[in-house]
Amino acid sequence: MDERLGVLLESMQLIRSFEDRAGMMYGLRKIGGFCHLYSGQEAVAVGAVSVLDLERDYLLTGYRDHGHALALGVDPRAIMAELYGKATGVSRGKGGSMHLFDPASRLLGGNGIVGEQIPIATGVALEQAYDHSGGVTLCFFGDGAFHQGALHESLNLAKVWSLPIVYVVENNQWGMGTNWRRVSAEEDFSRTAQAYGMVGRSCDGMDVADVQGSVREAIQSARERGEPGLVEARTYRYKGHSMSDPQKYRSREDIEEYRKRDPIAALKGRMEDAGTLSQAEWEELMARVEAKVEAAVAFAESSAEPAPGELYTDVYAG
Amino acid sequence: MSIITYREALGRALDEEMARDRRVFLMGEEVGEYDGAYKVSKGLLAKYGPERVRDTPIAELGFTGAGIGAAIAGLRPVVEWMTHNFALLAMDQVVNGAAKMRYMSGGKLSVPIVFRGPNGPAEYLASQHSQALASYWVHAPGLKVVAPATPADAYGLLKSAIRDDDPVVFLENELMYAWKGEVPDEEFLVPIGKANVARPGKDATILVFAKPLLAALEAADHLAAKGVEAEVIDLRSLRPLDEAAVYESVARTGRCVVVDESWPVASMGSYVAYLVSRACFDALDAPVALVSGEDVPMPYNHALELAAQPSAAKIEAAVLGALYREA
Repeated sequence: MDERLGVLLESMQLIRSFEDRAGMMYGLRKIGGFCHLYSGQEAVAVGAVSVLDLERDYLLTGYRDHGHALALGVDPRAIMAELYGKATGVSRGKGGSMHLFDPASRLLGGNGIVGEQIPIATGVALEQAYDHSGGVTLCFFGDGAFHQGALHESLNLAKVWSLPIVYVVENNQWGMGTNWRRVSAEEDFSRTAQAYGMVGRSCDGMDVADVQGSVREAIQSARERGEPGLVEARTYRYKGHSMSDPQKYRSREDIEEYRKRDPIAALKGRMEDAGTLSQAEWEELMARVEAKVEAAVAFAESSAEPAPGELYTDVYAG
Repeated sequence: MSIITYREALGRALDEEMARDRRVFLMGEEVGEYDGAYKVSKGLLAKYGPERVRDTPIAELGFTGAGIGAAIAGLRPVVEWMTHNFALLAMDQVVNGAAKMRYMSGGKLSVPIVFRGPNGPAEYLASQHSQALASYWVHAPGLKVVAPATPADAYGLLKSAIRDDDPVVFLENELMYAWKGEVPDEEFLVPIGKANVARPGKDATILVFAKPLLAALEAADHLAAKGVEAEVIDLRSLRPLDEAAVYESVARTGRCVVVDESWPVASMGSYVAYLVSRACFDALDAPVALVSGEDVPMPYNHALELAAQPSAAKIEAAVLGALYREA
């Protein structure tokens, strides 16, 4: 197996299998509330994270955050336990699906308000510039957040302060039930970067190699020259906006069209054609992924609920 | 001991904390080149440079959020809003961001940040520039809120706020910047969460914070001339609130008047009045009174704007009312 591509393939498949299982456990009412699955968008998180330096870079994202957490290497058991609201969860059962935090894995959240993370990520990059750490912040958000003033204020700040940050808009084309074309004055998000004196890049969010290429360039400019950047990854989510979305705004055929360009199937096919992935290797990969997901569910099931006294902890320091 | 202004006291605290810890920096509107919209940061740009005294665009949501991000990544920002009136644009970042990060992350993140600027009525500024917003901030668990009313408290509380590992909203006032008072020359801190007895008394308790402290002290003078010894307690810290000091005083006096220049509905003042009514029920000889801002937007006309605010006369009348005495 091609080791470099194999890592990407396995990371994407872990997200896919994890999300399938999270959806199933949601259906069984093991998981409650808003649960936004990342299925279909795996190439964006995996491609982008693969070019980060996890010793010094940071990642912030919105509420569709399972994929980013898994791509960063956050323990799937701690993520599933968080979805279950258990004490062993990555946010100790207080954050849930939308609020995954794991600074040790460079993940600074997990935000439920559309666009909330964008000014905050800009400030994380401010710290990196202030301390000359050489680190870069990667800030993810969706096409819905693109129209928040928070983004435009942040792009301006990042440019005037020369901050090492890359904004990645995952354009999955639906801001909940509203098609992005209906609410956007600009057809090409990456062009907006020019208004702030930045380089905007576009990539195919269904192609992990293309995402890697664009984000790598943007990260390099941010790290070496303090030039913030914006990358638009055109992608598609297979599932509803959240688990409670009946998806009456789009047809099954639309989803099927995108599934033909599935990022995992595409990479797998490419590796098979090149002779760098055998059937046995794929089966081994799937077995490893399934074992991790199985272990995550078992861990979440067997973990304890937070003690009642936890209600009042973590409000203030000390 | 020196006599300095409230403005100078804040500037001294900022200067000392920035000198002590390089992670402390100031950011906000006009803090640098302009030397501060109200000259609190005068001289700091020249001393510390533009990295640590950072001018921002007029984009409160964006730069407030950037401060929060810098804080979770390890810095200790002081974010200056030109006024709290403008901070409403940043409310999402303070309430949904700063206040909740520690809790939502299960204790993995800290947000050591101070949000400061003038709050409350000034003069001739009309509805959008002259309002008391303390109640908006105290509502959110995860935030600490302080409102110093003297130069010494401004100095000591700002130093404590900067050293605190939680987000602290710091309430100042345009008119108070010129107020003078004694401040010890040696370094000291005023702990967050401690009230101060501004004037001892035995007949009634006046609970007050921020600018109306002066009106409360004036009312106490007038009352003394009428044989009423009112105790004036400056709350200083609104969240956490020094409940013990409040209850101890009311238990002794049996009468309580709360003064808050905010609007009365669901305000800090009405909450304190509720707490006292509940905790001191047996000790009270009269209902707890509230002297608040009037329940209207602030008018421009000077006579009307004064009428909209707590005054010494209103406080005096409320205390006499609590004593069932004629004004």
